[in-house]
Amino acid sequence: MKNNKPKLAVFKLSSCDGCQLSILDAEDELLAVLGAVDIAYFPEASSRMLPGPYDIGLIEGSVTTPHDVELARQIRKDCKTLITIGACATAGGIQALRNWKDVKEFTKIVYAHPQYISTLDRSMPVASFIHVDFELRGCPVNKYQLIDVIVAYLNNKKPNISSHSVCMECKQKGNVCVMVAHGTPCLGPVTQTGCGSICPSYDRGCYGCFGPMDSPNTTSLARNIEARGETKYDIMLAFRGFNAYSEPFRKESEVYEK
Amino acid sequence: MKNRTIKVDYLARVEGEGALYIKIKNGEVDDVKLKIFEPPRFFEAFLRGRKYSEAPDITARICGICPIAYQMSAVNAIEHAFGQVPDGQIRELRRLIYCGEWIESHTLHLYMLHAPDFLGYPDVIHMAKDFPEVVEKALKLKRIGNDIVKTIGGREIHPINVKVGGFYKVPQKKDLRQLREDLLWARDAAIDTVKFTSTLTFPDFEQDYEFISLCHETEYPFNEGRIKSNKGLDISVEEYDFNFIEEHVEYSHALHSKLRERDNYFLGPIARYNLNFDKLSPIVKQVAGELNLPRQINNPFKSIIVRGLETLYACDEAIRIIDQYEKPDEPSIQINPIEATGNGASEAPRGMLYHRYRINEEGLIMDAKIVPPTSQNQKTIEKDLKHFIPPRVNLPEKELVLQCEQAVRNYDPCISCATHFLKLHVEREN
Repeated sequence: MKNNKPKLAVFKLSSCDGCQLSILDAEDELLAVLGAVDIAYFPEASSRMLPGPYDIGLIEGSVTTPHDVELARQIRKDCKTLITIGACATAGGIQALRNWKDVKEFTKIVYAHPQYISTLDRSMPVASFIHVDFELRGCPVNKYQLIDVIVAYLNNKKPNISSHSVCMECKQKGNVCVMVAHGTPCLGPVTQTGCGSICPSYDRGCYGCFGPMDSPNTTSLARNIEARGETKYDIMLAFRGFNAYSEPFRKESEVYEK
Repeated sequence: MKNRTIKVDYLARVEGEGALYIKIKNGEVDDVKLKIFEPPRFFEAFLRGRKYSEAPDITARICGICPIAYQMSAVNAIEHAFGQVPDGQIRELRRLIYCGEWIESHTLHLYMLHAPDFLGYPDVIHMAKDFPEVVEKALKLKRIGNDIVKTIGGREIHPINVKVGGFYKVPQKKDLRQLREDLLWARDAAIDTVKFTSTLTFPDFEQDYEFISLCHETEYPFNEGRIKSNKGLDISVEEYDFNFIEEHVEYSHALHSKLRERDNYFLGPIARYNLNFDKLSPIVKQVAGELNLPRQINNPFKSIIVRGLETLYACDEAIRIIDQYEKPDEPSIQINPIEATGNGASEAPRGMLYHRYRINEEGLIMDAKIVPPTSQNQKTIEKDLKHFIPPRVNLPEKELVLQCEQAVRNYDPCISCATHFLKLHVEREN
């Protein structure tokens, strides 16, 4: 009976563990979801670690070391369906801020003996090295979206994750627009929905933790924010956050770097 | 069997990636290394040039399990740098959101990561087959901790509502009503949790430790207090750097901390309990008394009981805060950045977390230092194993490895934090 269940594996590269913790945070759904699969490899939750192949693999974290690259390639070989979860795995994460700096300098700032540290110059999304079947956004991912994606693949369906902006979600919730009403800079117009537009719901601007929406007009938004009196440096920082190395945010931040 | 190497390449049920390497020579432990191979992420480096106001959001990303701890130590440090510290209900709400994180993190570690060791299961999913009611209750308790964090912080992981000076938005009194109802259930569930942990079997292992935690004059510590130990340390948070040093060792991506004057030390629930027993609320003292728990615990395996007691405290304290809550007029105080350096510490579920920031007159971070609890506990974990293994050296390999892993988990190590997981490798020389 047990052997007929699909085998699920959860892997980690460079990350904070928050996205895989989202699985354990789905307290009300946890036993049902985990009951539908055989947890074959999930070191954070279980000391039972079965070898591949696996039916579904989830990867959290970005690729930052030569070892990560090898591991990602092996994971691809071991997993029938491979899903990256979270901003680190899909865009390089906050640690991608190193991509604009000299990593040797960074190592010296943190470590007394930089020669002990082996790291790549850049923090990169997993899909830069291997094919992935689906990328789930968020810093952290939304646990309900994560369950939807797992359930979709268990039923051989394509996940149905919206790619419109946070603005749409704000309108649906009936939020007062923080930018229009209070002049608060907000990345909502260019950021993919999925968080529940929580920042505007708490009277602050969106900081883009779900990354760029489908076809975002970052240029227009940046000009609008600049016209409100924000400095070029502040605009650069706004785009250079948890999804800094995603193409649209990266390019916009570089426009304002000068 | 006199000489051997034990290695665990990927230690399970800890947060992050690490390995353990133990070398046994002539029946004696020759070497123990807790190897942290979690890739370095360089937070202290890329914080340079960021705005002070971004520190709570950015440093939260060091750890998905204790983001509140990072946010709290960050705001404490920066507010102290500026000499502008919120008080009243904002201070109380910060204690409340921290209660939520303690309940969530302690319940996760206690039931899902540590209890399987005591009961002989690979994980909580297998444990749930034999103890369905215990696990269902644990999940509900954990959810209530998360509900506190979500109500005040906006979401469970990487909350968005904490800022330097206070919050972006504060809850209405009625927003906390449902939480209070749930917390009454949670407080009873926490009492059952403590009773459950007290029935477990503990290895006979007591050591002479230097315990360190924040100590507040009137409260069990979250965000404030002096840094004290059972061996005479009594300093302000500002004096941290003069009293503690960090060493970079070849086999670990986490820096090792020690006291400048002495050596390794012990942070976390047992340290807080031993140093602050008087400040626990009456219900916690009563439950500890009914179970005949001593006021000084020196067996790290009993950390699981203390996590239960602190969960009970956090439920009780959360109820107290909600009962006296009145919505403040403003969600935060006005912050005017100045050129300054500030130190901050708070009690993460796994122990004291220290931050220091140097900020320029434009409010940009010039320099940052972050010392997570797990990197401070590393040396103590290694020392524990050196003493724990010799009487057990003739155990079968599998059993010895399991017990060593359990000894590491006593500290609820958070290795993502410390690099800013665990492999066990025991070598026996023949």
